[in-house]
Amino acid sequence: MIRFVVRRLLQAVPVLFVIITATFFMVRFVPGGPFTSEKAIPPEILRNLEAHYGLDRPLWRQYLSYLGHVARGDLGPSFKYANRSVNEIIGQKLPVSLELGTLALLVALVVGIPLGVLAAARRNSWLDHLAGTVGMAGICVPTFVLGPLLVLLFAIRLGWVNASGWDAWSDRVLPALTLGFVYAAYIMRLTRAGMLEILNQDFIRTARAKGATELRIVVHHGLRGGLLPVVSFLGPAIAGILTGSFVIETIFQVPGLGREFVNSAFNRDYTLVLGTVILYAALLVALNLATDVVQVWLNPKLKFE
Amino acid sequence: MSPPLAPALPARGTAEPGSSLGHDAWRRLRRNRMAVLGGTILLVLTVACVAGPWLSAYGYEQIDLDHTFAPPGAAHWLGTDQLGRDLLVRLLYGGRISLGVGLCATFVALTIGVTYGAVAGYAGGKADAVMMRLVDIIYALPFTIFVILLMVFFGRNIVLMFVAIGAVEWLTMARIVRGQVMALKKMEFIDAARALGLGHARILFRHMLPNILGPIIVYTTLTIPAVMLLEAFLSFLGLGVQPPMSSWGSLIKDGAEKMEEYPWLLIYPGTVFSLTLFSLNFLGDGLRDALDVRSSGD
Repeated sequence: MIRFVVRRLLQAVPVLFVIITATFFMVRFVPGGPFTSEKAIPPEILRNLEAHYGLDRPLWRQYLSYLGHVARGDLGPSFKYANRSVNEIIGQKLPVSLELGTLALLVALVVGIPLGVLAAARRNSWLDHLAGTVGMAGICVPTFVLGPLLVLLFAIRLGWVNASGWDAWSDRVLPALTLGFVYAAYIMRLTRAGMLEILNQDFIRTARAKGATELRIVVHHGLRGGLLPVVSFLGPAIAGILTGSFVIETIFQVPGLGREFVNSAFNRDYTLVLGTVILYAALLVALNLATDVVQVWLNPKLKFE
Repeated sequence: MSPPLAPALPARGTAEPGSSLGHDAWRRLRRNRMAVLGGTILLVLTVACVAGPWLSAYGYEQIDLDHTFAPPGAAHWLGTDQLGRDLLVRLLYGGRISLGVGLCATFVALTIGVTYGAVAGYAGGKADAVMMRLVDIIYALPFTIFVILLMVFFGRNIVLMFVAIGAVEWLTMARIVRGQVMALKKMEFIDAARALGLGHARILFRHMLPNILGPIIVYTTLTIPAVMLLEAFLSFLGLGVQPPMSSWGSLIKDGAEKMEEYPWLLIYPGTVFSLTLFSLNFLGDGLRDALDVRSSGD
């Protein structure tokens, strides 16, 4: 297994390298720069600014020096926030996005798995139909419709929570619910399908014949195999939650990295854009690896290869 | 030249005269109530979006400052927005854009995905390994982020949006088609075609592709809602179509900003968009059952 992990990590290096290179040159070849603003900056000041950030050097030298810094874990200074480094900004904003993402994932798992298991165990009951409705709503009602509707109902009409912000614990409720809901629906469908497949197998019949209780059959015998599809979905789900938080952070005015990323792209804050892309890419690679490891661990039929 | 060995669809059960796979599938699809409902809603919405703006008394960009934020009523069925523009017309016009983007971007994804997957599966060996490895790598990229960057940097250009979204969504299609082509490659009628001396392109596109139309159709209907979601996502972030044009995503964005006093501006576009996603998904599911496609991809 260690060999598998090491090899996958080694494979990730060229992938990240390509991403860094592609993004670096993409942001440089676009019209407009970080210092183009409404009011024209005098040319001397512009020259000084560019010299200060090393933008006056040839592009390939900037690229090489950037690569060197990234390899040492330094993502450079921000072009828009004077005197602040990208590392600082990410260090400040990422925890907020991670908190939101973790809560959303919890919502998805805590709602999705039990509902899916119950729907499979009590097929065609009212619970199964409820699960079907949730699954359908999750597909048809995107976050940017659900979020504003929840704000309209719970914040504006009922006044239970704030419409936006990130101070009180109650400010977390609506964003986490909105972001987690779609994935709760997917996880519910996957859990239900996975459990149905397992519960129809011979070893379950054997367990029944031996007099195991229904609870033990579902939890002890069923879950391990039935949750496999959910585990393989977790990687994409977490990735989706990360990027999905761009919209959620915009709707609910959450001061996280997602909103910062969209703003930095608008502002042409090259280093901040690059830093965020590298971070997200590294997170995705790590998540995919973790998903694969857990999958093999749960299903001995698969091998590390 | 007479058509060589018609690439017969693999016989499922006993095919009676006049009961082709397509015929069977159509009958099964019609029995699926949710799929029929979805298809009907889609048809009505499409006709309304295409014809509606012509029949309406208002233009989608027609400003009427005397009637701003009019609630739904006889003059404006769904009310008006902050510039007094008729919401119904903007909704129908936005539907043209949203459905149009959905179809065009899906077509881009379909073309790239099918060609790429078919070539990889047909070539096999090293070429296949390299091509699919590339797909794996691209799969792992934070692609939404790249689409956002593209839209920010290169202007919010609708053609670019087709290409960007299409370029993101072709991967799964390529995987599905490759798997199917690899399975077909071992069948006897392909050997027969080869024995007749047909070229690779002809075998691939005339004899193999018609046999995997089922999965392609099913996955296409499921790609359209994914594409429309991505377009609405971009429009919601302010990166999609620009005013005075509208798409469902941009209408939802505008509605969300003003929902406090004027909830209809959010509720109608949101409902129509959700209804469309609902219809497409059920039609896709229905087609999958009707065409009996087991591997649905992801």
